Amino acid sequence: MLFNLQILIDAPIFNVQLLLNGVTVGAIFALAAYGLALVWGVMNVKNLCQGEFVIMGGYIAYYMYTKGIHPMFALPVAIVLMFMFGWFVYRLVISKVIDRDLFTSLLATFGLAIVLQQALNLIFGPEVVTAESGMANRIILGDVAVQDIRVLSLVVACLLAVAVVVFMKNSRMGQAIRATAQDARAAKVMGIDTDQVYAFTYSLNAAICGAAGVLISMIWVIQPFYGITHSIRAFVIVVAAGLGNLPGVIVAGLGLGVAEQYGGFVLGTDFQQVTVTGLLVVVLVILQILMARHRQVVE
Amino acid sequence: MNTTSSKIILYVGILAVSIVAPYLFPAYALQLAILWIMILFALTWDAMGGQMGYNSLGNIVFFGVGMYISAVAQIGLYFDVGEYTSAYGAIKVDFDYGQYFTGLTLGVIAAAFGAMVVAVAFGRIVLGLRGPYFAIGTLGVALSAGELLGAWEWVGAGSGISMPVYPGDPDDRSLLFYFMCFAAAAATFFFYRWLYTTRFGLALNAIRDDEEKAEAMGIHTVRYKIVNWAMSAFFLGISGAIYGNMIGFIEPLEVAFPTVTFGIFMVLMALMGGKGTLWGPVVGATLFHIIKEVTWTHLLGWQWVALGMLVIIIVVYFPQGIMGWAHDKWPDFFGIEVEEAPAEDIEEAA
Repeated sequence: MLFNLQILIDAPIFNVQLLLNGVTVGAIFALAAYGLALVWGVMNVKNLCQGEFVIMGGYIAYYMYTKGIHPMFALPVAIVLMFMFGWFVYRLVISKVIDRDLFTSLLATFGLAIVLQQALNLIFGPEVVTAESGMANRIILGDVAVQDIRVLSLVVACLLAVAVVVFMKNSRMGQAIRATAQDARAAKVMGIDTDQVYAFTYSLNAAICGAAGVLISMIWVIQPFYGITHSIRAFVIVVAAGLGNLPGVIVAGLGLGVAEQYGGFVLGTDFQQVTVTGLLVVVLVILQILMARHRQVVE
Repeated sequence: MNTTSSKIILYVGILAVSIVAPYLFPAYALQLAILWIMILFALTWDAMGGQMGYNSLGNIVFFGVGMYISAVAQIGLYFDVGEYTSAYGAIKVDFDYGQYFTGLTLGVIAAAFGAMVVAVAFGRIVLGLRGPYFAIGTLGVALSAGELLGAWEWVGAGSGISMPVYPGDPDDRSLLFYFMCFAAAAATFFFYRWLYTTRFGLALNAIRDDEEKAEAMGIHTVRYKIVNWAMSAFFLGISGAIYGNMIGFIEPLEVAFPTVTFGIFMVLMALMGGKGTLWGPVVGATLFHIIKEVTWTHLLGWQWVALGMLVIIIVVYFPQGIMGWAHDKWPDFFGIEVEEAPAEDIEEAA
């Protein structure tokens, strides 16, 4: 452990490598986390099958890759398919739990997560796979290598994020979503079909996750049971950033990506997942300490 | 008048069936023992989730902690733990009767109190979280615990620990563990049955119904929450110690911290039976375990998908559980004065 730390100090160039890897992967985490923040903020549903949506998107790309199609073309396919899937899930499950207590929606989506990960396991098998993009490594700065696909995916992630933000700001549906998030009852009075808004929000989230999954499958690896870690990542980011704080989500996402790379490098790859779950606990504890300040003892 | 005598008949009947069952069906003794563990799981989860309103997704952590503590205590009494685990079961150790039972007794006791200590330590951190944050936080704790123990060489890392081998006859062994599980589950049941009649039980319900108000009424909520969690941990630690010895082999992710199997089963069983009732978890656990054992092998790999669907169906369409439904259906049987109020609440909410 100390040995690895020593490497980082002796050869600072590795830091650049870890930072780059962290940022490229963190941008995708931020994308998935933004979807979670959307559903959380608008519908007050804590979507624990977020990671499974990501992995599903990844498998769409992988499937197209095995059929000889470049996985980048899977992006629009995954967005459309996952949008439809999100709509289906909303109608079947989420619409029934949306006005019930929070644990109900949490558990229902956790059940959904189990269904999805097991179904993926039965369809694709438990192997760790990746959708090869066939792009070259680019050497920058001495030993530091960046795959072209990482750069491309970073750009795509940014474009997608911008597209979603513009959509939320300017389109009619985006305005309806924001109005519902502020006050669902008032939105209803003003003639907004909130049920439709909820369905759209949830589907949009699934589509965003699907796109994130396509990118993840190209620059990293996917496996049916990796979904839960992605869900936890999304939660860490959203809890750390706070709801409705888009810059915060981006910073937290990039930060988590980098932290995970460092955790994996310094402590060993066995501990990469622990870094995520450990960070979740740490973030929740910090949150609690911050909240405790508001609850003061009356003397 | 009749309820008291019918209750006694019920208890005596269950006791008789439980004692006779392993002799009648020796082939199923292990499954029956696991049924008692499941009942214990559901009861301890319900004490947190049903009675106090703190829905934990990570109570399994105490099960695993208890299992590891008992393993380390049992082996550590006579051997060096690091040496034992690094041999990956290559050292064949024969414990004699005295050593085995001393180890087992001390292991169970150490597991119970060790899990309690862990609960108190974590309780200060985790129990300040509310609602969904608590659920996700405990899930994070459970997932990290499994991963951390899976990377810890001293306790065998990912390859786990093989437990001391029972020195006697295998039939005696299965009976011993069956009755240990039975005793643990029965103790848990009667403990909570008593607890829910006390002031402490009322305080837990008050925390569930409105934590701020409970605090305003002078209930020291943090203390109550930690004590309740520690009591759940106590019983879960015992169950972990027994289960580890019964299975004979400890492995961090599948046996000790099975967050997506046992960890979810306990929530599901309590919800299925009806949370916030004493008998709900018992009924739910029994029904769930029987359904699971009967259908599991016939589902050909789709059993986990079916499990997830069961979670969704119960949560979405059947949230009040079997006992909740029975309370609505036959309020007289359960004493109408007590059950009137919750029924109205449900109608108002709907």
